[in-house]
Amino acid sequence: MARIDVRKTYKLYIGGAFPRSESGHSYEVADSKGKFVANAALASRKDVRDAVVAARKAFGPWSSRTAYNRGQVLYRIAEVMEDRRPQFEEAVRQSEGGTAAAARAQVDAAVDRLVWYAGWADKLAQVVGNANPVAGPFLNHSAPEPTGVVGVLAPQDSSLLGLVSVVAPVVVTGNTAVVVSSYARPLPAVTFAEVLATSDVPGGVVNVLTGDATALGPWLAAHMDVNAIDLCGVAGSADLATSLEVAAADNLKRVRRAPDAEPDWSAAPGLDTMTDFVETKTVWHPIGI
Amino acid sequence: MPSSPTTDAATGLAAYSEVSASDASLRRFLHGLPGVDQVGAEARAADLGTRSIKTTAKAWALDLAIQMVDLTTLEGQDTPGKVRALASKALRPDPSDPTCPSVAAVCVYGDLVGEVKAVVGSNVNVAAVATAFPSGRASMDVKLADTRDAVANGADEIDMVIDRGAFLAGRYKQVYDEIVATREACARPDGSHAHLKVIFETGELQTYDNVRRASWLAMLAGADFIKTSTGKVQPAATLPVTLVMLEAVRDFREATGVQVGVKPAGGIRTAKDAIKYLVMVNEVAGDDWLDPDWFRFGASTLLNDLLMQRTKMTTGRYSGPDYFTLD
Amino acid sequence: MASTGSTTGSTHAFEYAPAPESRSIVDIKPSYGLFVDGEFVDGRGSSFKTINPATEETLAEVAEASEADVDLAVKAARRAFRGWSRMPGRERAKYLFRIARIIQERGRELAVLESIDNGKPIKESRDVDVPIVAAHFFYYAGWADKLEYAGLGPNPQPLGVAGQVIPWNFPLLMLAWKVAPALACGNTVVLKPAETTPLTALLFAEICQQADLPPGVVNIVTGAGATGQAVVTHPDVDKVAFTGSTEVGKAIARAIAGTDKKVTLELGGKAANIVFDDAPIDQAVDGIVSGIFFNQGHVCCAGSRLLVQESVADEVLARLKRRMGTLRVGDPLDKNTDIGAINSREQLDRIRELSDVGEAEGADRWAPACELPSSGFWFPPTVFTGVTQAHRIAREEVFGPVLSVLTFRTPAEAVEKANNTPYGLSAGVWTEKGSRILHMASQLRAGVVWANTFNKFDPASPFGGYKESGYGREGGRQGLASYLKGAEA
Repeated sequence: MARIDVRKTYKLYIGGAFPRSESGHSYEVADSKGKFVANAALASRKDVRDAVVAARKAFGPWSSRTAYNRGQVLYRIAEVMEDRRPQFEEAVRQSEGGTAAAARAQVDAAVDRLVWYAGWADKLAQVVGNANPVAGPFLNHSAPEPTGVVGVLAPQDSSLLGLVSVVAPVVVTGNTAVVVSSYARPLPAVTFAEVLATSDVPGGVVNVLTGDATALGPWLAAHMDVNAIDLCGVAGSADLATSLEVAAADNLKRVRRAPDAEPDWSAAPGLDTMTDFVETKTVWHPIGI
Repeated sequence: MPSSPTTDAATGLAAYSEVSASDASLRRFLHGLPGVDQVGAEARAADLGTRSIKTTAKAWALDLAIQMVDLTTLEGQDTPGKVRALASKALRPDPSDPTCPSVAAVCVYGDLVGEVKAVVGSNVNVAAVATAFPSGRASMDVKLADTRDAVANGADEIDMVIDRGAFLAGRYKQVYDEIVATREACARPDGSHAHLKVIFETGELQTYDNVRRASWLAMLAGADFIKTSTGKVQPAATLPVTLVMLEAVRDFREATGVQVGVKPAGGIRTAKDAIKYLVMVNEVAGDDWLDPDWFRFGASTLLNDLLMQRTKMTTGRYSGPDYFTLD
Repeated sequence: MASTGSTTGSTHAFEYAPAPESRSIVDIKPSYGLFVDGEFVDGRGSSFKTINPATEETLAEVAEASEADVDLAVKAARRAFRGWSRMPGRERAKYLFRIARIIQERGRELAVLESIDNGKPIKESRDVDVPIVAAHFFYYAGWADKLEYAGLGPNPQPLGVAGQVIPWNFPLLMLAWKVAPALACGNTVVLKPAETTPLTALLFAEICQQADLPPGVVNIVTGAGATGQAVVTHPDVDKVAFTGSTEVGKAIARAIAGTDKKVTLELGGKAANIVFDDAPIDQAVDGIVSGIFFNQGHVCCAGSRLLVQESVADEVLARLKRRMGTLRVGDPLDKNTDIGAINSREQLDRIRELSDVGEAEGADRWAPACELPSSGFWFPPTVFTGVTQAHRIAREEVFGPVLSVLTFRTPAEAVEKANNTPYGLSAGVWTEKGSRILHMASQLRAGVVWANTFNKFDPASPFGGYKESGYGREGGRQGLASYLKGAEA
């Protein structure tokens, strides 16, 4: 008789721990051909709440780390991912279908993207910061600072490269993130959370909620302790995206609008993935004796 | 000159008696004073300089400024004739206008005090520079002899210089002691004493922090007046330096009950500048210092510009230098 | 308190005689139309009066632009965009340089008109507003032919038509902050000045004509909230720039949700001005005064919460009160006036209401003895002590000359209190200790941190807030990013 496999129920990743959904709900995840793969926790609004608390708690220490250190931590994620390539390839292939080579290419690109962003940690301020020559005896300079807790509705289609492409730029600049994974393709996100937990990322810096962005998005968008939101995960749902943008206005969240369709994630990301979630702080000081 | 409120002064100053015990204690105290931010102080001085003083206020200010002038000549080429002429001018700055007030004092080297006194009598004070003016580089005995000589010649006021070298080297106790000793040398046989103005030569102290510390040091040592400059070093008096000194006398009176005067000297040449100083006195130290007993201008050419402006106010037309004496 | 223009009640030896700036230099017309497509045109809507807040005299009737008027202005801007955006940057630059020069040449006229319409003291309109306005145009003029060097990509492109809505506190300066970068980047604009202060914007329109700026590049539509809404929501407006209240900012963010409009919002604030025990105390007091009493406190980045270390609180307060006693309240056109008129009755009512609440909530209210003019809108410089974070005057933006004083014991407590607000526009720190300044500057969640200074502005210096103080930056290189396509900060 064939061995009966151990079916796994994947959990959420909040504050560095793997809790079940506060609601107790989970949902069945199928592969690209519709075959059952696993159960994933179905995050609720209360999980959003808990994740925001965890992200807020982590924000101070994370944003206070040196840029060099944040770069190291991101690079470490890439190292651990590299170690787990087969697992990611399997998860991507299960989720998205396609060939093994395509899954491998996506994992390669995701790891490379992390490495790319890791390197930005201690360079962004040099590129987008300024010494400002004001007309007076003052030292004046501007530098980017993280905006705070960022809600990320991760892309629905690109389960790994898309996910990494929206999470890495948020945290490399010192923000913390509450990420809602792809609903139908959550497994790469779950595996990614396991990587985060076993690398050097402090708990709470990235929180991963598996579940329905259309259900969780409104809670995240309206949450008054969330400073910014990336609406990528509702791409193509114009009405929902608009309603989330309206909700986000309650505390003037910085909004990265949903595109009409998911972009080509293999394209070079550019800087605005990072600069959309930083604040320019300008400091003045007199120069005298 | 009215005397300080001595009873208050004694108790007020007593609280600071430990401060002057040593270089270390003076350093602790003086370096514990709040710092002065250069940019902020200069901005405040410039802002006060934008006050627009017109009509009645201007007329009042010009007359007050004339009464605050220490008409000064401190040249190697000074002669009895030169200082007598200056003394006459001090008495009657505008011979054509009897309503024009006299200046506060004539300021000369100590050997010429008698010449001035002969002209002005007791109508205008005579101030003498002393203590090896302007550098202050001489032994203490020489400085004290210089002071006593000027007082003996009849000087009403002594303008001493501090030893900037000692100050900048942190020998605050030495500077303090020299001021105390000079003040003692100002004593007259009848028990009164010549009023002591202490010159910092702020152009050599360089920083506003030093100006504030020098101000407190001199006031603790018994200065009647604190004065910016000798007129021999650039920059001499400036509005921001005077601002810091006015803050110091204001704070010192609040702390001790003792009122000390302020004298910017050197570089103040126009009535417009003088009025800026008066605005600053008004808004920083207050009414009590708007008096020749508590604020002076050390100047020479300033007086003629004040007179010209005064004439403009009274006649309604612009005047010219030919109509004022060049003494 | 000295009161300019007042002849009674003071025993000061040195009374400053009135020193009024002549208003004969300005020529205020009885009525004004809209500035659309290079011409002054009659509006299709009604009109409203703009008054001098210092006297309540009516200055002029101004057209209230209707939705149709706004549409015409946007169409004119759209037509002009084609030529303006394709014009070589060096040529656009020359128009901006021209405008900058004319502003300098007509500086006195602009300053007097600003003071009459707004109520701000002439010394501020003359020495702060107008010079910075000219500087802003000079600064961005220089960028117009250098955009590819701004670090925003190799070939940055303008967005199109910018709809800009500005407040009444710095009417001309806010116009400059909006118009100069927009034009330098090749956009055209439809600008709505505030209802209570339209006159300098209309004079600016005249300056555009004088500079031969191509018609439609700058359009000015006067009006109130409805006009502003029409500008912001117009479907052919590509970019919205707003300075004003957080409440309206949120409404704009909602209104443009789901569109492709880019937006920058510069909104309210409740800045902490933090004074440590080792501060340069006299300059700190000056900074507190300029922080809250500059422009009657009608400043979004005003240092309206004084956080003073408890060990020096009494001394700082004593010095502050003495200094406040020398502030001169009165005729905005008097060159010696430090505090002018409150801009409107509505604003005065709000200041009064919040001040009364402060008193009712148990804070101690103090203002120097002060004789205020009988007509016009006035409020004396006021300080509240014994204020805690729980008081409304410590949380809500008063937008008037009202300072709340709170104390703290440690740097950590100062940071916590300073950041304990939904706003994040600006903050001040006063200490002579360099490393503490840098620490505080890094911890304060505010877009502008003034250390040992306050309320300094410069075209090269980016300005804008964190959190509910808005988003985007104006000024500096960062200010270009708000007006260029594909632009990255």
